[in-house]
Amino acid sequence: MKYAYYPGCSLDSTGIEYQLSTKAVAGTLGVELWEIPEWNCCGASAAHNTDRLLSLALPARNLALAEKEGLDVAVPCAACYSRMKATEKAVRGSEDVREKISEIIEMEYGASNRTLALLDVFTNQAGLEQVASLATKPLQGLKTACYYGCLMVKPPRLAEFDDPEDPQTMDRLMDALGAEAVSWPYKTECCGAGFASSRTDIVLQMSYEVLRLAKTAGAEAVVTACPLCMLNLDMRQKEIEAKNGVAIDLPILYFTELMALAFGHKPAAIGFNKHFVDTTPVVRKVEQGRRAKEVQP
Amino acid sequence: MKRVGVFVCHCGSNIAAVVDCERVAKEAAKFPGVAFSIDNKYMCSDPGQDLIKKAVEEHHLDRIVVASCTPRMHEPVFRRATENAGINPYLFAMTNIREHVSWIHTDREKATEKAIDLVRMAVAKVLHTVPLEKSSIPITKRALVIGGGIAGMQAALDIADNGNPVVLVEREPTIGGKMPMLDKTFPSLDCSACICTPKMASTDQHPNITIYTHSEVERVDGYIGNFQVTIRQKAKYVDHKICTGCGLCETKCPNKKIPNSFEAGMGNRTAIYKAFPQAVPNKPIIDAANCRKLTKDKCGVCAKVCPTGAIKYDDQDELITIDVGAIVMATGYDLFPWKEAYGEYGYGKYPDVITGLQFERLVNASGPTSGHILRPSDGKEPKTIVFIKCVGSRDDVKGKAYCSRTCCMYTAKHAHQAVDKIEDSHVIVFYMDVRTAGKGYEEFYQRTVEDGVHYVRGRVSKIYQLGDKLIVRGEDTLLGEAVQVNADLVVLATAMVPSAGSGEIAHIVGFSTDKDGFYQEAHPKLRPLETFTAGVFLAGACQGPKDIPDTAAQGSGAAAKASAVLSNRSMETDPLISQVNDAVCAGCGVCVGICPYRAIELKEITQRAGGKTIARRVASINSGLCQGCGACVAACRSGALDLKGFTNQQIMAEVDALCL
Repeated sequence: MKYAYYPGCSLDSTGIEYQLSTKAVAGTLGVELWEIPEWNCCGASAAHNTDRLLSLALPARNLALAEKEGLDVAVPCAACYSRMKATEKAVRGSEDVREKISEIIEMEYGASNRTLALLDVFTNQAGLEQVASLATKPLQGLKTACYYGCLMVKPPRLAEFDDPEDPQTMDRLMDALGAEAVSWPYKTECCGAGFASSRTDIVLQMSYEVLRLAKTAGAEAVVTACPLCMLNLDMRQKEIEAKNGVAIDLPILYFTELMALAFGHKPAAIGFNKHFVDTTPVVRKVEQGRRAKEVQP
Repeated sequence: MKRVGVFVCHCGSNIAAVVDCERVAKEAAKFPGVAFSIDNKYMCSDPGQDLIKKAVEEHHLDRIVVASCTPRMHEPVFRRATENAGINPYLFAMTNIREHVSWIHTDREKATEKAIDLVRMAVAKVLHTVPLEKSSIPITKRALVIGGGIAGMQAALDIADNGNPVVLVEREPTIGGKMPMLDKTFPSLDCSACICTPKMASTDQHPNITIYTHSEVERVDGYIGNFQVTIRQKAKYVDHKICTGCGLCETKCPNKKIPNSFEAGMGNRTAIYKAFPQAVPNKPIIDAANCRKLTKDKCGVCAKVCPTGAIKYDDQDELITIDVGAIVMATGYDLFPWKEAYGEYGYGKYPDVITGLQFERLVNASGPTSGHILRPSDGKEPKTIVFIKCVGSRDDVKGKAYCSRTCCMYTAKHAHQAVDKIEDSHVIVFYMDVRTAGKGYEEFYQRTVEDGVHYVRGRVSKIYQLGDKLIVRGEDTLLGEAVQVNADLVVLATAMVPSAGSGEIAHIVGFSTDKDGFYQEAHPKLRPLETFTAGVFLAGACQGPKDIPDTAAQGSGAAAKASAVLSNRSMETDPLISQVNDAVCAGCGVCVGICPYRAIELKEITQRAGGKTIARRVASINSGLCQGCGACVAACRSGALDLKGFTNQQIMAEVDALCL
């Protein structure tokens, strides 16, 4: 399996552990990731608040480069995925848009290839049976709260691979890795996203709700597929704790990190040490569980 | 020599303002065959009609053309005027110079020319008409009512009171439909069952009504006045002729945990059961899928305890055939399956998120909680109750685009009951709009608000369980603020949808449904009780969401329509129907599939050819079913079909008149 790979701006910086673990997982799964050469920013929230054509043209250039290679595009970041999916739909839906976009990017783009969320690629496309068979170091009942956030499965007309209200892809993945996905109500709620810089107070409140309900549901870690969710839940967790006068201590991990861990990759090599909230309890819990299992076969 | 009279109507200024009617009449006088031509201010008025009569006498006319409004408006009037003047009413043609000319054009010169052309066409057409005679078909004086809810019962009782026998077919083991499930009715707060069960008893006891419960209509053949209906009486496994309805079997049946649909899943029943104590007929049936004797050949307790020996484990389905003259459809509604659509409300995984119908059972004295509002999860009395309206209604993304009409009122009633029954209760209703069109409805709603029910304008975006509370999050759009309620019970006002299987039965009876699956009325305003299939009428929520008063009214209306059909020994049929030229018909059968009214079948004829008698198949038109739409004529490849009154020859004459 070969995919065009669009890391987006986070995966080389704040989301480096997402990048490291993604590459590790791809290696184990035998998924070849061809990084789109000279890729540009997807436009994020800024572009589609500025100009519709701009917001379509920016992702279109990346998608056109992949289309030329005849490859579907795997996108790790939920926001990039949403913008690219919106572009794909707009171009497919209107000959007029297609022509305008192709003119702007000075390349033909017909949206003949698909934009896929990396989560979709590593689970549904790769096959969970294969994933389970490769999980040589299963996660032994680690209780995870699968957090899809606002853009991975919404809005339903863009993200089509899972239920927008009660998504299951990550939950089933956790099951395949030997972990447990707790039932909790905030799977698809917003963490506050980009308001982190302009209205930090709102983000602290919204992210606190996410963490609080994950904790209440008994989760030992929150699993995400979005670099911005990671930033708000992980980097700001100390601030949230201080503001609300509570201890949360909830490690936040990318789903790829847990996949790589179960596939036997070393935690340090896949970015476990790059988090603000200590992730060693997760590693310890998994190892303890495994040892306990070995003792009583 | 044919002598045509042309009459051009001004329709006050409706036509004359744009069309020079006098000039049209003058031009028409020059057309071949026209012996007399005149314009008049109102042709449909008595003096206008007299004008036709006088002109026929004075000018010995034998054909009439009227240029006026649409034939849908006044064709019957002018046909009658033609007949009164002593001419066969089908030697008449009408052309529309109002809707087709004056109402849509402004240029007087061009409009007048168009009107002249239209009259020229009509004259050419009328020259080729032949006299047609109405025929008559006999009427079977019996009606079939499908569905035994309030609409069906009302229709059956009214038809029966008119002196005609009625067969009422109900799919469930009891008649009554949804109404006996309800607790109180708005706005009077009458006990629903108390006013419904006497109606059920009257229906049962009426000498003119025969009820088939636990039965379905399987086949309908024929046409208005002459339907042949096949009913499948499903096996009841209890001989109702012997059973006294003592109920001993129900108390002894060991399988007691079957969800009772009458309790909307809130209570259980046994495998041998009556849906509720006042069921009609008040005798049990065995639910074969859940009976241990019938599934595993074990148990047999009911047969052992039955004092009259009424249990018949070897009972079989039975097919009953009856002839009827008219059919009333009253198949009712079901609730929108919200659990499949609304993930934000939990897809049905929270036990304390219930539907309005379930709330009716909770608040009903004969329901599973004896009328105490207790929540399903832990049997505790809820203090904070949230009602959400428009769940599945007015939501074209997840549900239905239409308004279900009853929810505003029953939610107001529920909220009132909650406040009334629960001390220190806090009742919140989330709404989009409050629609209370109905006698006494707005007053009832205002009273509910005065009761202290808190109405919040906005949609609920999410419900989730936290501990023993349901967290309800929504928006108050009047304040522009997010709202969160920690509720004990949430009641959803789910949309009304056509009852399960209503599409299939529409297909069997032979009429159409609308985009939402409700039965299509013949005209949304002026023929709301009729279908496009003659002799088939509509009552109640099968036609669209309705409350009880509207349903009862429509039941009576459909009964009046059906009774009108049954009041005659025979009925006249319009002669403007298709005819087959047997000599030309190749028997290909294309028309059979095309006919929307199932009016064509192939019949075998014998003929002499080359000294031998040969048999072959040709199309045959059923004059009772044919509505004269002409679809078959257009489809016929050999030109064997023709539509009387609109023959190919007439149409070609019109085209020639316009183009040559």
